[in-house]
Amino acid sequence: MSSQPTVEHGHEEHGHEHHHEPAFIEKYIFPLDHKYIAMQYLLTGMFMAVFGGFFVYAFRLQLAFPGISVPLYGTVSPTEYNALVTNHGSVMIFWVAMPVLIAAFGNFLIPLMIGADDMVFPKLNRLSYQIFLASVVVLIVSWLVPGGGFGGAWTAYPPLSAKAQYSLTPLGSTLWLVAVALEFVAFLIGGINFITTAMNSRAPGMGAKDVPMVVWMICIASIMFMASVGPLIAGAVMLLFDQNLGTGFFDPDKGGDPILWQHLFWFFGHPEVYVVLLPATGIVAEIITVFSRKKLFGYQTILYTAIATGVLSFFVWAHHQFVAGIDPRMANVFTITTVLISIPIAEMMFLYIATLYGGSIRFTTPMLWALSFIAEFLIGGVTGIWLGASGMDIYFHDTYFVIAHFHYTFFPIAFIGTFAALSFWFPKMFGRMMDETLGKIHFWGTIIALNFIFIPLFVLGAAGQHRRIYNYNHYPELSTPDLQSLRVLATVSLLVLIAFQFVFLFNFFWSMFRGEKAPANPWRSTTLEWTTPSPPGHGNWSPNDMPRVYRGPYEYSVPGRDEDYWPQNQPS
Amino acid sequence: MSDHAAGDHGHHDIHPPSHYVRIWGILLTLLLVSFIGPWFGHQIVTLVTAFGIAFVKAYLVIKHFMHLDVEKPIVHYFLVTSVVFMVLLFAGVSPDVMHHEGTNWSNMAAEAEIARALSAQEASGGEHGEHGAGAAEHKPAEHKPAEHKPAGGDH
Amino acid sequence: MAAFKPIATTRSATGVLTSKLAVWWLLASEVVIFGGVLCSYLMHRIAHPEWAAYAAHTNEWIGLTNTFVLLSSSLTAVLAHNAAEREDGPLAARWLLATVGGACLFLMIKSFEWYTEISHGYTISANGFWSFYYTAAGIHASHVIAGGLIMLWVANTARKNEELHRVENVGLYWHFVDIVWIFLFPLLYIAK
Repeated sequence: MSSQPTVEHGHEEHGHEHHHEPAFIEKYIFPLDHKYIAMQYLLTGMFMAVFGGFFVYAFRLQLAFPGISVPLYGTVSPTEYNALVTNHGSVMIFWVAMPVLIAAFGNFLIPLMIGADDMVFPKLNRLSYQIFLASVVVLIVSWLVPGGGFGGAWTAYPPLSAKAQYSLTPLGSTLWLVAVALEFVAFLIGGINFITTAMNSRAPGMGAKDVPMVVWMICIASIMFMASVGPLIAGAVMLLFDQNLGTGFFDPDKGGDPILWQHLFWFFGHPEVYVVLLPATGIVAEIITVFSRKKLFGYQTILYTAIATGVLSFFVWAHHQFVAGIDPRMANVFTITTVLISIPIAEMMFLYIATLYGGSIRFTTPMLWALSFIAEFLIGGVTGIWLGASGMDIYFHDTYFVIAHFHYTFFPIAFIGTFAALSFWFPKMFGRMMDETLGKIHFWGTIIALNFIFIPLFVLGAAGQHRRIYNYNHYPELSTPDLQSLRVLATVSLLVLIAFQFVFLFNFFWSMFRGEKAPANPWRSTTLEWTTPSPPGHGNWSPNDMPRVYRGPYEYSVPGRDEDYWPQNQPS
Repeated sequence: MSDHAAGDHGHHDIHPPSHYVRIWGILLTLLLVSFIGPWFGHQIVTLVTAFGIAFVKAYLVIKHFMHLDVEKPIVHYFLVTSVVFMVLLFAGVSPDVMHHEGTNWSNMAAEAEIARALSAQEASGGEHGEHGAGAAEHKPAEHKPAEHKPAGGDH
Repeated sequence: MAAFKPIATTRSATGVLTSKLAVWWLLASEVVIFGGVLCSYLMHRIAHPEWAAYAAHTNEWIGLTNTFVLLSSSLTAVLAHNAAEREDGPLAARWLLATVGGACLFLMIKSFEWYTEISHGYTISANGFWSFYYTAAGIHASHVIAGGLIMLWVANTARKNEELHRVENVGLYWHFVDIVWIFLFPLLYIAK
């Protein structure tokens, strides 16, 4: 490893003039600093989560108490119900999980953890956020146009999404598609930035095996996103033309094929699950090592299982289409690959549990979230194996069993992962500690309510409750008192869960301004981001004192040392 | 980890411009061959001259114009990966989209469209197909089932 | 905003210049975008025997001319790179402008071609073949436009002998656009 390589092309002239503190607008509105772009992504994601939560609140109340006037919303009409469900799904995945887990934490953590002063392309980084913001604006406009928001499910299958006479929301569906496409472009730009930064700008001495796991995970996820989203971008253009120019790419009457969209969508859509999963598992890896004061068990094995998961996830997409009429022989192939992919993920979870074994575990708020991630994700993962088997899937398809399954994966990923990361890196982000008591209240309220929402849905799904129904009273066999009481239980638990999120919001904003001042390394952690003050200044480290790396990221409780942690940048 | 400093991209032998002009000449010759290919009237010849030569041309551009041959292996890896994923996409999707019939299913709408279009082409006189294939002429006479595969027992 | 170059940008742990590495990643992501379109087209084309007659209406002479224009503009792009390696910024800028000229010529020929076809009734909604024809060539043409604009910008900095590595980077992108057309040409014009 060379000491500090430089390029010959004209950086000498511009060299280090950027280390002055920028003015307010430059700093907060149009920042180039990766930390502030991360804040923008984080706050935008939280803002969108409010919408996503509000949508689910409205339609769950409609399901539990059909026809009531939902407080703050009013009566939910069937078309509105479709729009609420569709936009709950797309908002939570594309505008909450992606921006928070990948964009916000990727932006914040990658340069800090690899010992760089910023992303390699700060302006592209800012452009990425601005395109993302434009997609948010387009999406919100799509809810307000005449006809209402798009209601063809977040998967946007044609013909429902392609023809106005089916979707009833011609303008809303076009705007929704444009918003999704813009969002993809934003994350493509951001992803290329992440990958090149992690590949090229690591601190001197930091080899591939010295990179913290979460950085690896975010990079693998970005690569997967990049490799999978292309066909869907092409498909989105085709669907846009189907909607507006009268083409028939997905219309069999004109020589097209609706199944093609499903393939293009899920070729992206399934890797996308792992795109958001991997960063969350990386976050969990960081937290459980710190709070069990033990080296990560099997660093390389975890890395290889992550890569294996990434590669395998490209081979499983058609398990979403078992009843769409795909070739049955292909369904067999996809059943096998789907069951196979549970092996690396299960292996990863076992390695995390092995990390805990014999450690001196501290149940801080981030650790609680990390442990609950493993437990809750396990339920989602195991039920996934049931659904991956094509025989069982034919029975379970489009029931609430599927909904419960993917919420048991996505809730741990998008929310538990985020809460874990936020409570862990909050001191570094804002320079103050979050309140532990409020954090634990929030944790228990969320986790208990979560299980009371989705376990009833498993039961309802196994009882045959179809998922795309607006009012179960119209279906006598589904509106029996026992099923209805389960629906009410799930909805009430949802209200409890939402109520506990106010505890989090209070804790978040109160701690940001009033919390206890955080030291540089409150958790006594080894990785590079803790070697700079909290919050880090512009440029993260002083330009003459950029960190050097001497060892791997998880040197805890090394025998023969006074301290139980050995920072990566300490010469010996 | 590599010991190379950044910006070594220019350190391989710098070719004289005539080298690139020669490659350009080869590319143009190949272009002509692929253009003339269909004149022989053999489908195999056409396919080879059209697609075989396209791959040769792409190889020449990648090697000599983009200098991928002197690039680091990692660049090869991720470019090859994305090409392989496209082969995978084709392999996974083609059983459903490239065929209109399979085990216990048939895509009746697509078959009806093919039958309609072929008979329309025959009616309008041979190989030139539908003159002015405008939307008006295209409207199918009767509405065909738009479902993908209503054949019984399709699970 | 003054020129802003973090220390991160000047590092190169892989030995590939950061900006070039990013362009290669960009190309990898473009491969899958065009791959999606071309795979979809290819499957439909094989599944629909009637499309051969539709494809007979494309003008292969125009396709030939446009391929010639793009191949030649690839030559000027690589000559610009060659000049940049010799650190002759003004010459590189001139070759880049020649490449932009090629892009403009390509787009002019393309507009003429599309105008003729649309006025003969071969619109994007005429049938599946023409839908793919306009979509694939349209996505490609949008890349030509973007490439032309970027090359103008790069030529402006190269003229002043600044940031000469950008000449190679934009060249890589341009060759990729050329390669896509190398495959579109037989797919849309030759195989009938």
